[in-house]
Amino acid sequence: MLHYIFKRTLILLATLFVASLVVFVTIEVVPGDPASYMLGLNAQEDTVAALRAELGLDKSRPARYWTWLSGLVTGDFGTSYTYRTPVADMVGDRLWVSLPLAIYALVLATLIAFPAGVYAASRRGGITDTVVMALTQLGVAIPNFWFAMLLVLLFAIKLGWFSAGGFPGWDAGVWQAMKSLTLPAIALALPQASILTRVMRSSLLDVLNEDFIRTARAKGLSRRQALWKHALRNAMVPVLTIMGLQFSFLLAGAIIIENVFFLPGLGRLIFQSIASRDLIVVESVVMILVLAVVLVTFAIDLAYAWVDPRLRGSR
Amino acid sequence: MKTTQLSRAIFLALLVAGSAQAAKTDVTIGMQLEPPNLDPTGGAAAAIDEVVYANVFEGLTRFGPDGSVLPALAKTWEISEDGLTYTFELQAGVAFHDSSAFDADDVTFSLERAMAEDSTNAQKQLFANIESVENVDGAVVIKLKTADGNLLFNLAWGDAVIVAPESIETLATAPVGTGPFIFKNWVQGDQIVLEKNAAYWGEAVALDKATFKFISEPTAAFAAMMAGDLDAFPNYPAPENLPQLEADPRFSVVLGSTEGETILSTNNAIEPLDNVLVRQAIAHAIDRSAIIEGAMYGYGTPIGTHFAPHHPAYVDLTGKSEYDPEKAKALLKEAGLADGFTTTLKLPPPAYARRGGEIIASQLREVGIDTEISNLEWAQWLEQVFKGKDFGLTIVSHTEPMDIGIYAKPDYYFQYDNADFQALMESFNAETDEAKRTELLQQAQNIITDDYVNGYLFQLAKTGVASVKLKGLWENSPTQANDLTGVYWED
Repeated sequence: MLHYIFKRTLILLATLFVASLVVFVTIEVVPGDPASYMLGLNAQEDTVAALRAELGLDKSRPARYWTWLSGLVTGDFGTSYTYRTPVADMVGDRLWVSLPLAIYALVLATLIAFPAGVYAASRRGGITDTVVMALTQLGVAIPNFWFAMLLVLLFAIKLGWFSAGGFPGWDAGVWQAMKSLTLPAIALALPQASILTRVMRSSLLDVLNEDFIRTARAKGLSRRQALWKHALRNAMVPVLTIMGLQFSFLLAGAIIIENVFFLPGLGRLIFQSIASRDLIVVESVVMILVLAVVLVTFAIDLAYAWVDPRLRGSR
Repeated sequence: MKTTQLSRAIFLALLVAGSAQAAKTDVTIGMQLEPPNLDPTGGAAAAIDEVVYANVFEGLTRFGPDGSVLPALAKTWEISEDGLTYTFELQAGVAFHDSSAFDADDVTFSLERAMAEDSTNAQKQLFANIESVENVDGAVVIKLKTADGNLLFNLAWGDAVIVAPESIETLATAPVGTGPFIFKNWVQGDQIVLEKNAAYWGEAVALDKATFKFISEPTAAFAAMMAGDLDAFPNYPAPENLPQLEADPRFSVVLGSTEGETILSTNNAIEPLDNVLVRQAIAHAIDRSAIIEGAMYGYGTPIGTHFAPHHPAYVDLTGKSEYDPEKAKALLKEAGLADGFTTTLKLPPPAYARRGGEIIASQLREVGIDTEISNLEWAQWLEQVFKGKDFGLTIVSHTEPMDIGIYAKPDYYFQYDNADFQALMESFNAETDEAKRTELLQQAQNIITDDYVNGYLFQLAKTGVASVKLKGLWENSPTQANDLTGVYWED
């Protein structure tokens, strides 16, 4: 097992190193200069040069890569060119919006999907099943930004229950903060809930056809008892995998919804930083996301090995 | 008995709530772009000035709502006979927000910092003619290299505000100025809050608190206005739903003008655009009213030169480039291009450029000029068009006030090189007599129009939306600012 962990760790470090190289090179080749962007149309050339020197942009690319990489290793993500604040602080602030929003949306999606999926599977072919399937079809098909705008029209403009967007910060109180995340979370949850419902249903139906369910039925359990006692737990594996994927998508991929509700999330930070060529922010944020994904994969690898001893051998 | 007490309590509560409503002293203002930082002396982003100009920071002089130059931290000034020495008497009893006193040394520090070799001031050219700045017995004496009628105007820019040496390090994130509002906090990506400066030296402001909220998406801006989240959106980004807002009794829509001359910038140094006949043909091929209607929903004033129509020295020269496709074709023939030609049309992100570009492309096609359109981000535009001069045509709004001087810079991106014009601008800069200055400005407008340097399209409109009870916001935009000093709620 130790040998296995050691090997996985080496792979993890190599992956991170290669990723840092790819991220740096890809972002550096994009045309555009942060200093000219900041100084606008009337700036003199010596002013742009002075700002480039101040930002450290006059150094060679390998030298800048080295500074950035050695900073990353010691946990220093650099300072944003345009905002002039440490990238780590900015990411921290944004995570306080993106992380709760992702969790909120995933919880909502789960709360809708589990009962709906189980119910549809247990009534396979019935009217309820057909209705649920039709609704999930619709949920997947509706673009979520459009659904978000409908939510704003109804709940913010017509009824005035929520504000149309923005995020007051957690300082304003948990209630206020959660309230401002509610409409975005619903908009994000709808397609995820639909996908999850469908996965839940088909996974359950697969399991219900397995031999051990027939055995359970044969020993006298009703269809419903067999479903609750034996099928559900076994059907959870693919559902959890999907939920894991959805979570990482929600964390960084909510950018369109963030724009509709003008939320200061991680997605919008990357978007803005690309437009203003705040390269150091883009590079560092992308690296943080890479790190998150790689760590999750690492944890899953370890979990597999724990579940399945065959994987621990020399592979 | 109990009921009476309860009803009395309710009555009192209502009374308190009622009076609180009548005395509303806070305002929430929508802006499309968030400032990258809050240091107006270190970046060109208009959003910086839109938060801090006149609110947090002040200069020796400032712009009034009509664009006139007014005294600010300088109470009065005297100009020497030869026009080379300006002596500014400063306001007394002024303090920075960190309670440190303001004096002439802060002025010399600020101006010298902006002029310095390693200065990162985006408008460094404003200070190019200053020879020295000195503190003489508490007054500020500015000596110029040559007589310069622009000095007071230049000092009114947001880039010329006075800052304290002690707070330089934190200007970008926690600005300390002398203005009537103090920077309170910034939730990055969402909002900036300013609070009233109780110790302000000048006339006290009516507002206690101002919040700027950043909403980039036009549909979201509309929703936020309709939901009552915002009190005003002074530069409202979606002209398409202005009629709807105007019909709503809660809001008033205010149309004003800006300093943004929107032009079809032309590369004067490449073939065949270096031929004045070709540029004249382009000018006649363009139908301005169709562009204003199609790209700006009718908001915008046609211009025939690079000058703001609301300025007293403006000359209406639109007649020299009226829409006449037949004439355009004849001019192309005269230039030896009867079959037309192909050039590039590179468009930055704003709607005026993207929507206007497609209309212009089809208008040019009518007279035989084909354009290859490419859509660029700002950073790409700056790199390719502005710095690299790799373009034929582009559309951009030049938003700096009184910027006709860019035509005197032969290496500026559209590369117009006319010695007569350069000489004219030199004599304009040295002239201090108002009447003569006006005359020279009018000559300048005529020269660039006769040379058809660029296609002159329209002056960008300022389309503001505000609650009907909110008064005192600027109608026009002589500089990019949301000056809140005169803003109040009507009962």
